[in-house]
Amino acid sequence: MAIDAVYTELITEHSRDKRNRRHVEGATHSRRGVNPSCGDELTLEMRVREGIIEDAAFTGSGCAISQASASMMADLLRGRSVAEADRLTEKFLGMIKGEITEEAEFAELDEAAALQGVSKMPARVKCAVLPWHTYISAIEERESDSKQ
Amino acid sequence: MSIDGIHEKFPALRQTVNGRRLVYLDSAATSMRPREVLDAIGGFYSRDGANPHRGLYDMAQRSTEVYDGARAAMAGFIGADAEEMVFTRNASESLNIIAYCLAPELLKNGGNIVIPISEHHSNLVPWQVFAKRYGAELRYMYVDRETGELPDAELLKIDGETKIVAFAHVSNVLGNLLPAETLVSAAKDVGALTVLDAAQSVPHFKLDMRALGVDFAAFSGHKMYGPMGIGALYGRRKLLETMPPFLFGGDMIEDVREQETDFLPPPSRFEAGTQNAGGAVGIAAAAAFIEKIGFDAIEKREKALLRRLVAGLNSLKNVTVIGNRDENAERYGVVPFNIRGVHPHDAATILNEYGIAVRAGKHCAHPLLTYLGAEFNACCRASLGVYNTEEDVDKLLEAIPEVRRRMNLGD
Repeated sequence: MAIDAVYTELITEHSRDKRNRRHVEGATHSRRGVNPSCGDELTLEMRVREGIIEDAAFTGSGCAISQASASMMADLLRGRSVAEADRLTEKFLGMIKGEITEEAEFAELDEAAALQGVSKMPARVKCAVLPWHTYISAIEERESDSKQ
Repeated sequence: MSIDGIHEKFPALRQTVNGRRLVYLDSAATSMRPREVLDAIGGFYSRDGANPHRGLYDMAQRSTEVYDGARAAMAGFIGADAEEMVFTRNASESLNIIAYCLAPELLKNGGNIVIPISEHHSNLVPWQVFAKRYGAELRYMYVDRETGELPDAELLKIDGETKIVAFAHVSNVLGNLLPAETLVSAAKDVGALTVLDAAQSVPHFKLDMRALGVDFAAFSGHKMYGPMGIGALYGRRKLLETMPPFLFGGDMIEDVREQETDFLPPPSRFEAGTQNAGGAVGIAAAAAFIEKIGFDAIEKREKALLRRLVAGLNSLKNVTVIGNRDENAERYGVVPFNIRGVHPHDAATILNEYGIAVRAGKHCAHPLLTYLGAEFNACCRASLGVYNTEEDVDKLLEAIPEVRRRMNLGD
């Protein structure tokens, strides 16, 4: 069954994991993301200093896929430079859209690569990409603020 | 026409999903259409299909007769006169027309609009927007979380300043019936107008606008075995006559001069431009289909299935029926429930693997789901139509325990 590839132990565990579900101390970025059609919502918080994402976590509620995706993203992006995080985010979105299919290509996404199965479930793609789009908006929002 | 085996008349139900027979339990979102309805629509376009109310040739005359006939049939179906039956796109559009056309006059000096917290966005957002625009107050009557019923004290929110009382006949989430008679009488006492959202009641029991005494009502064709894109607005004749047009265009005009226009009386006044005549034929065919089965048979079948479904859900571990859990409580069409620890969207995805179609989420009733405080502020909803069988209900009940297992939550 297609869903066996999605509701794996890794993903269901991440979806219930509390480690990344919290506020970030001294957050420099905070951005809310919502999927209006299904009600998934999360607020991503990050502390970015000198181009490095020192911490990332989220609050909110939604389906297992959106919550697991957010938790895996927080693990993946923490400690990386914004430039690196941007590149990984693009890769993740490419994987979910089915544009990147080579396993070797998305291995560097670490646990988030486990969400590849969602690319075969069109109804759930928006759940998997919500945290990552929220990340992009959070970075863009701050960039446009600092330019003003 | 017997209700037994009626599902065989629905071509869309004859399909497999993930290798299993489709078990369609989402009729409250949209119901499937029987062969009769599909043939009626196809027949109209292959035989008549000219623009009604315009041409003088035979084909146009036939189209006019068919379209006007559909209106008369729908009026009869809900106990109204043809002049009180306006065709729209759907219940949402009907409710918007009422709000757009009434609010400027009714709310010009403020006042309040009263609605139950259990309303669908279609019967909530238009009132919220217009209340804000005209400085009126939008008041909520809070239903009992356990039963969905309106406590008497909540009715007191209808007061001397109330201009509009709008409510769903049957809640699209909780499935309970709201007391139309009580609400209409409370509204009448203070001179407020009543608006009934009948989208979830029209497929399940006989509606009679005269007996209900409401001023306006709205419903959709696609929830009563008709096509999408056709709906109905009922308005008491005297009120429709005082309302300004909603849209301007062809076929709603009596006369146009360079600087002035006279509009046709209702219902034409509210039907600008070429209408969805095929849809009108379809909704009338759907009403005829319902009448051929008979509401007695429909109610009897649906009540038995709802009882079986609620009792079955109550017997399952880690499953909670939302709202009224009593299997014998009066309810129509829908049963909301949650599977502990599983977000409804994940539940729906997993049920789809078993060929089962249920709705999951907030059901276009965000304020209600927030108010109910269900896990994840969302729920699954199984809803029934005439074609559902005991086997459909049992398939759902058998598949639900699989959901937690597949989410690696144990039983």
